[in-house]
Amino acid sequence: MQDEPSNGANQLDLFRQGSLDAFEALFRLHQRAVYGWILRIVRNPAAAEDLTIETFFRIHQAHARFQPALGFEAWARRIATHAALDWLRAAHPESELPAELPAPASADPGVAAEIRCRTAQAFGRLPPKLRIAAALAVIEQQPQKEVAEALGISVAAVKLRVFRALRYLRKDLASQGITP
Amino acid sequence: MNTPDQDRLKKLLQQALPPVEPAPEPARDLWPAVLRRLDTRPATMPWFDWALLAGLAALAAFFPASIPMFLYYL
Repeated sequence: MQDEPSNGANQLDLFRQGSLDAFEALFRLHQRAVYGWILRIVRNPAAAEDLTIETFFRIHQAHARFQPALGFEAWARRIATHAALDWLRAAHPESELPAELPAPASADPGVAAEIRCRTAQAFGRLPPKLRIAAALAVIEQQPQKEVAEALGISVAAVKLRVFRALRYLRKDLASQGITP
Repeated sequence: MNTPDQDRLKKLLQQALPPVEPAPEPARDLWPAVLRRLDTRPATMPWFDWALLAGLAALAAFFPASIPMFLYYL
């Protein structure tokens, strides 16, 4: 996420006091980063937009509890992660994972398309908490410390969730006759 | 599950679901939608509903015999 502006501390204080102008300035500064973070979790651009709106709504609702010393970015990431987790839990336990997301790397032609498709489907069936940890730490290669802060758990717990996610995935694929 | 297994699974996962591009942007300006969301107030119970509820609770507490009558008329 981007660095705070030079008058960032003042802006954060104003935000904490309920200033809508300061909130808008923070929104303009961080909306792309928040959107990107959520998109990495839900992999659905329309849902990521809605969840970005929901995240900033929650941020505004909690403005009085914000502690400027902790930093806005980490706080926003945590709220965004919980909003995304709620979305995954509520109505989309096996939500479609669109393949048309813009991605820099192309798929390895050595891995059959059907296996990739089944892997993506199996990933969609993971419990939401494990799915988020695996999406951020394995697929998106985000620093484990950032993932831990966003989920409100320790780095060791992130590693454990990734391990469990991979174990689930392996069992799911094995039940379909796919051995990675 | 050993480490080579894990590494193969991670690689397969990255092949199946490539990472999102480095700096994705929303397709529209989300600020107007945030403002609309802030304007929507959660549904609140009017004060006279609270008063009615308190009256019923007091009635039930002082005259427990009235409870079956209320249940009958529900």
